[in-house]
Amino acid sequence: MFRLSARKAVQQLGAQIRHQSTSSASAATSMNAKTMSMAAGVATVGAAAYFSMESADANMAADGLHAPVYPWDHKKNLATFDHAAIRRGYQVYKEVCAACHSLDRIAWRNLIGVSHTEAEVKAMAEEHEYTDGPNDVGDMFERPGKPSDYMPRPYANEEQARAGNMGAYPPDLSLMIKARHGGADYVFSLLTGYQDPPAGVEIREGLNFNPYFPGGAIGMARVLYDGLLEYEDGTPATTSQMAKDVTIFLSWAAEPEMDERKKMGMKALTMLAVLTGLSVYLKRHKWAGIKTRKILYNPPTPKKH
Amino acid sequence: MPVQSNNGSAANKFARFGYNTIVKRNSIFLTTIFVSAFAAEMVFDSVSDRIWDNINKGRQWKDIAHKYEESE
Repeated sequence: MFRLSARKAVQQLGAQIRHQSTSSASAATSMNAKTMSMAAGVATVGAAAYFSMESADANMAADGLHAPVYPWDHKKNLATFDHAAIRRGYQVYKEVCAACHSLDRIAWRNLIGVSHTEAEVKAMAEEHEYTDGPNDVGDMFERPGKPSDYMPRPYANEEQARAGNMGAYPPDLSLMIKARHGGADYVFSLLTGYQDPPAGVEIREGLNFNPYFPGGAIGMARVLYDGLLEYEDGTPATTSQMAKDVTIFLSWAAEPEMDERKKMGMKALTMLAVLTGLSVYLKRHKWAGIKTRKILYNPPTPKKH
Repeated sequence: MPVQSNNGSAANKFARFGYNTIVKRNSIFLTTIFVSAFAAEMVFDSVSDRIWDNINKGRQWKDIAHKYEESE
């Protein structure tokens, strides 16, 4: 009898110790804690929702019309660029865009094995003069281009570019596909998106209306028209064809490593999938003993006094 | 008390042969690993390249180069 009450006392003490906390009134604190945590949760979700919502103001033109998603071939996971399109796109760039836009990060040699042969590139580079030097007497001199030279710039510097384009600076195009939200879709839509401004929209003299350009008023006028140039390979040179080819050329210029990268990705994923399968098999093989072991429990028989 | 052994099974015969020829001596093991890795990589690369070229038939430079290469 005495032993039983002692055990009960110990059990009660244990329960008391377990339920103790440093706060004073237990019931009120747990109620407060629940309310506080719920409020914190609501505040977090609210803040996340608030900041994730894009503002929809009446002046949506400020963001530019969202370009539609076009089914570019090179967007597929295992697809290279269409190198015939890169070649045509280079022709469009050279004949239409290079008058105003630089392509600073592309050297002549980058075209070799991508869109032109080495002989072609050498011939194209030689058509341009590059300043080099100093020579033995300290003068700078002009020499014909080499494949190691970079694409020539239409203007010497930004000031000259602005002066020649009514204050607007034609940006460098080497990374334009990566630099603009929408990438290739945006550039294609922009080039083919010139239209008359809607009723009530005034565009000042010198600017042109393009709904895809943030703000709607772009310094560049429409430059692509049907039949503007003659493609080397006989493809009909419509506006959309030229826009498509030059966009693919610029996509290559921004990501020349894409072909190699996707090929390496395909190889890497194959290897990793095989190795994952092997790892799973090996792990299960080693664990088989543990996973199939049986544990027997023989409960103690209760002693009767 | 005799226990059932697995020593005569086909799988065991192959495993024993594999162990004795390849795994038992570490120098042979290492050599086999290096040689097989080299060979496997060659095979894997050539197979992947063929698959890649098939997926991208007509789109790569090598497919259009013939139009522009002039025999000099």
